[in-house]
Amino acid sequence: MTEADGTAAPVRTAARRTAVRQALSVSAATGVYGISFGALSVTAGLDLWQTMALSLLMFTGGSQFAFIGVIGAGGAPGAAVATAGLLGARNALYGAALAPLLRGRGPRSWAAAHVTIDESMAVATAQPDPVVARIGFWWTGLGVFALWNLFTVVGALVGDALGDPTRWGLDAAAAAAFLGLLWPRLAHRAAQVVAAIAVCVALLLTPDAPAGVPVLAAAVVAVVAGWHEETPRLARLGRSAPQRVRR
Amino acid sequence: MSAYAATWVAVVAGAVVCFVTKLAGHRVPEHWLAQPRVARIAGLVTVALLAALVAVQTFTTGADVTVDARVVAVAVAAVALALRAPFIVVVVLAAVVAAVLRALG
Repeated sequence: MTEADGTAAPVRTAARRTAVRQALSVSAATGVYGISFGALSVTAGLDLWQTMALSLLMFTGGSQFAFIGVIGAGGAPGAAVATAGLLGARNALYGAALAPLLRGRGPRSWAAAHVTIDESMAVATAQPDPVVARIGFWWTGLGVFALWNLFTVVGALVGDALGDPTRWGLDAAAAAAFLGLLWPRLAHRAAQVVAAIAVCVALLLTPDAPAGVPVLAAAVVAVVAGWHEETPRLARLGRSAPQRVRR
Repeated sequence: MSAYAATWVAVVAGAVVCFVTKLAGHRVPEHWLAQPRVARIAGLVTVALLAALVAVQTFTTGADVTVDARVVAVAVAAVALALRAPFIVVVVLAAVVAAVLRALG
């Protein structure tokens, strides 16, 4: 019934073990930085319960950081929702890539959707066959979920105890967190160009536009740049431009 | 509606939007999202938003574009990332740099 019936049992067992080990190390590494999310969220003005709700219900790191970033900068709640939603758009692509692999329906597929994030996608697609990929996906998704939520609470309690966030450099930590999320996505020249233009657009709009809008406006840069097969400028700068989900 | 209640509404609305996005990915036919243009734009939107968030979080105070300890801290973070430091190390390092610079005055 499975695609892997032809695989020798010892090979399968070793591959499973590797997948689980990868899942656990990714879960630990990702889960721990839930501390930074929790601390930054309470210093951005959310309370413990709102912070916990974001990690439990939104559960996609980039969107969560963006949400509290916009709220912390005094942006409108609607701008926070829009920014978080746009940053979560890539999860739809992950879902489309994972669905044939998971083949679930009902509550199980809802759970699969909820834990569809950068990390579970990365571990699942790094595996040699579909059965092991499923193991990698679930162990990573559920592992990150458990630890991310645990460390969010720890971070929120720590952040509450620290008091003035700027005294501890937490505003700089938030900027570094965004940079850390951005960094692995800057491999291609097209991405670097879009990032540079997005920075300029956001800073140019900051003095006049309401808080939250400069960040949203930067998304327009991406749509314009990505619309054409290869815009002449991007083509000239680097031929490896097409942005595909990393597999 | 109080600011606190408005934030709660946004938290729930944002969570719903993000979950529906994930679920839609699992439900729509793969070939639809596999279009090169869709994949390309989604990838670049992520890059553009994160870059804009870095800029706003580093260089702005309210509606002003400013340069302070955060700029040095983020530069140090970039060096740490280039040296393949783990995420949590990068974040803590940036906080320490900014905090020390401010303490020194």
